[in-house]
Amino acid sequence: MKCEDIGKGLIAYLDRRASSADRRVIEEHLAGCAACRKRAEEYRKVWMALDEVPAIEPSFAFDARVRQRVAAEPQRHWFGWFVPQARLAFSAALLLALTVWLAKLPPSNPVMPGATAQAQEEQDFNAIKDLGVLENYDVLTKFDALSQSAAASMHPEKAQQDDSTAND
Amino acid sequence: MARSDVQMMLDVKAGDNASFDFLLQKYRSPLVNFLYRMVRDTATAEDLAQEVFLRVYRARKQYTPSAKFTTWLFRIATNLALNSVRDNRYHKMGISLDAPVSDEDSAPMELPAREMRVDDRMIERDRAEFIRRAIGMLPEKQRAAVLLHKYEEMDYGEIAKILECSEGALKSLLFRAYETLRVQLAPLVTQPITQGAGERRPS
Repeated sequence: MKCEDIGKGLIAYLDRRASSADRRVIEEHLAGCAACRKRAEEYRKVWMALDEVPAIEPSFAFDARVRQRVAAEPQRHWFGWFVPQARLAFSAALLLALTVWLAKLPPSNPVMPGATAQAQEEQDFNAIKDLGVLENYDVLTKFDALSQSAAASMHPEKAQQDDSTAND
Repeated sequence: MARSDVQMMLDVKAGDNASFDFLLQKYRSPLVNFLYRMVRDTATAEDLAQEVFLRVYRARKQYTPSAKFTTWLFRIATNLALNSVRDNRYHKMGISLDAPVSDEDSAPMELPAREMRVDDRMIERDRAEFIRRAIGMLPEKQRAAVLLHKYEEMDYGEIAKILECSEGALKSLLFRAYETLRVQLAPLVTQPITQGAGERRPS
């Protein structure tokens, strides 16, 4: 095994957490490699040096502060599940208000009253129905009313005479 | 027969505040020390430790003993510490835009010359501070791994769960951390190579 691989296993070896198979491999390598033996000894010294850092004690007020903060926690009652969280309640109220407001808004395209709407629909239907007739040239040329109105528009005095004759 | 931590936490869940007090007494010192070594400030460490206990108390109703109590406790503490360290670092970065930082953390760690008889010249307090600063200079996740491994004496599986990584990743993390410490603490730990006859050269 290479020195680099041994180095990675040295920590577990030194803190006695390496498996017996790993221990055997490392010990065989250390027996024949001065550099890795040196490194293992330095790791061991690092490990011991860390013990020199003194521990600190929590302050006298520590426990009291924890108890104070715990006591300040809101107590939950048996009906706690029934009371919704403030944020959720606020969101629901806002949604409800928005729905009501939207429902009360006047429609952007006002609907005609019933009778007027029906008349308009009939007028549109008739216009569409007559489209075929208006597009038929033969029918239009034989249609007296149209020829009369055209002549009347071209010779209004003659049309007036015809009218008076007809009245007589 | 003494109750386990898990049993005590289940009692806290059932409304027994005396059990919470017992857990507070048992873990206040390890937690404050762990957090102090992580954040390197006594007041912040105490604040964070209080926050850990408060979170334990708040979570009592949802507590299920799926892991060791210490795994859960130190996972809360580690997450709080990592957040605090990161927040503090960003805070310092913000300050450094306006004014040069001149505290001891910004100064390079001065290692005594190797030829000095360090053991003779360093008094105990300076040695401790020297070591503490070397720990403090580790990247925060490596630092947490070393503290849990060395001071809390946790096994690899537990530390891996706390740091939310695989055991393989944890071993690499610990190797890099101890290697950095070996270099940083060289004046305290370095020793000459004593090569025996017929030994192989480093590969």
